[in-house]
Amino acid sequence: MADVVVEQGQAVRAARARKQASLRNVLGRKSTVAFFLTLPLILLIALLVLYPAVYSVHLATLNKSMQKFVGFGNFLFLFKRDTFWMVVKQSCIFAVTAVFFKALIGFIVAHFVHNIPAKGQRKWRGMLLVPWVIPPAMSTLAWLWLFDPSYSAFNYTLSFFGIGPINWLGDNVWARFSVILVNIWYGAPFFMIMYLAALKSVPDQLYEAAAIDGANWWQKIWYVTLPMMRNIIAITALFSLIVTFANFDIVRILTSGGPLDQTHIFATWAFKVGIEGSDIPLGASVSLFMVPILAIAAIFILRDVSKRGNEA
Amino acid sequence: MSTLAIDKAGPSRKVKYGSMSRDRAWALRWSYFFLVLFAIFFLTPPIYMLVTSLKSSAEISAATNPWWVFHPTLSNYVELLTSNQFLRFFWNSSIVSLAVVLVTMLISVPAAFALARMKFWGSTTLATGVFLTYLIPDSLLFIPLFKMLALVQDYTGITLLNRWYVLLFIYPTLTVPFCTWIMIGYFASIPKELDEAALIDGASWLQTLTRIFIPVALPGLIAATIFAFTVSWAQFLYPLVFTTSVDQLVLPVGITTTLIKGDVFNWGQIMTGALLGAAPPLIIYAFLMDYYIAGLTAGATKG
Repeated sequence: MADVVVEQGQAVRAARARKQASLRNVLGRKSTVAFFLTLPLILLIALLVLYPAVYSVHLATLNKSMQKFVGFGNFLFLFKRDTFWMVVKQSCIFAVTAVFFKALIGFIVAHFVHNIPAKGQRKWRGMLLVPWVIPPAMSTLAWLWLFDPSYSAFNYTLSFFGIGPINWLGDNVWARFSVILVNIWYGAPFFMIMYLAALKSVPDQLYEAAAIDGANWWQKIWYVTLPMMRNIIAITALFSLIVTFANFDIVRILTSGGPLDQTHIFATWAFKVGIEGSDIPLGASVSLFMVPILAIAAIFILRDVSKRGNEA
Repeated sequence: MSTLAIDKAGPSRKVKYGSMSRDRAWALRWSYFFLVLFAIFFLTPPIYMLVTSLKSSAEISAATNPWWVFHPTLSNYVELLTSNQFLRFFWNSSIVSLAVVLVTMLISVPAAFALARMKFWGSTTLATGVFLTYLIPDSLLFIPLFKMLALVQDYTGITLLNRWYVLLFIYPTLTVPFCTWIMIGYFASIPKELDEAALIDGASWLQTLTRIFIPVALPGLIAATIFAFTVSWAQFLYPLVFTTSVDQLVLPVGITTTLIKGDVFNWGQIMTGALLGAAPPLIIYAFLMDYYIAGLTAGATKG
């Protein structure tokens, strides 16, 4: 009798325990936990990145007062304007030249830093990365002052060599040059750091083998260093292409697109048209033209990243 | 026979060594020479900021040698650091950056943990998606975001435009994807045995994250924190578009819009402001250089 009661009580207790456990299981199940851990991330990306991206396509099809649907009207309007084609050309020149020289200078400087004794490398590396650390808006102000039309420190220095005075930001060729120069100054240290990290990972034996085979310094770079660093060079250049192409700070502060819209790139022109000119749909259409180039670069980066993910 | 061969090889090897070390010495000299040239190129603007910030406006307009200070003065610093407006910019920037760092860490660390350790439906797609989001630049999103914020204001009456706190919602779109991405890399490099042992000892997933993953991946966490702080501190486009009133501005926008009054450029003050604005990232960099660089290279090499 007593035995049965005890057994019954145990059974009830076990059932209750099982019920609680199943609730706890759902809450403690791996996928549920994972869902709650990633939920804020998903919400953030969906609401503040994906939605605005899609919304800008919608905006681009409206008229200036945003009440009428005009389809491709904004795009067709842009195609007819000379300024637009100038912006396209300038954006491409700006991005390609700047990235090329950033990569080149970064590669050269990384080699020099790699060449000197290991003890001094930290100090040099620390000093040479400073341009990347200063917020670009702040350092561009310093450049603006260096280029100042009446008190330019560059013109002061050049006057000793009998050159100048150069109208750095007022002449359209020099203005384009200056904008690119500042971008190179800001971005080259990033390449330097990436290439330095990559150089350190090239095994010394390869250089020794090359030296035994009688390779000179150029052959060592061409046949050993470059193939070993190909991946990192590609990824850094593509990444920098995206960032440079979408650059805003430097052009905005240095020239605001002038003289005569000659130095506008997509971001600054979209700002001028969309925010300052309060034609939001047109501004949205201008910035959408960045998408194809960004997408191509992104696809290549993604391919490289997933390739390396598979290797690891 | 064999001794003869060794004798012959001896001197010739010595000669080769001599020339190699001489080459090496020259290569070293050239390296230093070019490094000095590049260092001059890279450090000219910040040094010029410092030089100008120590000049009075009288000395600047006298157009003496721009590279030298003849009558150093701290008046620019005193003037800016006692101006309520400038301190307001500094305060706004600090609050925004610190809050964004906190929000970023709260979002990206748990997400990175889930993506690195818990294989669930769509986890690899989401990880790739996070990386892609990082590649979407701010200059593509500022116009739709501006319109969205205006619409939110119209429909709900919550004022978001022209308020500094709107940046707390917007900046994480720039910081979270990258921080999540590098934290995934750091978490994935932790040996599986460690969290298996914790699970066997009865730790929950959250305990595994806080007791094991966060302490072990602390260097990665510091690198991500530095990244989030420097990005929020330096961001220029979003605050320029979303905030306009002087008391709502953050430092980069405040300096470029208020210190430049019409055509009158008070360069001494502008350079002082720029230098003070560049100081927090520079100080962090000076003290935590290795973490800073680890964070930079992690994005491309860890992935």
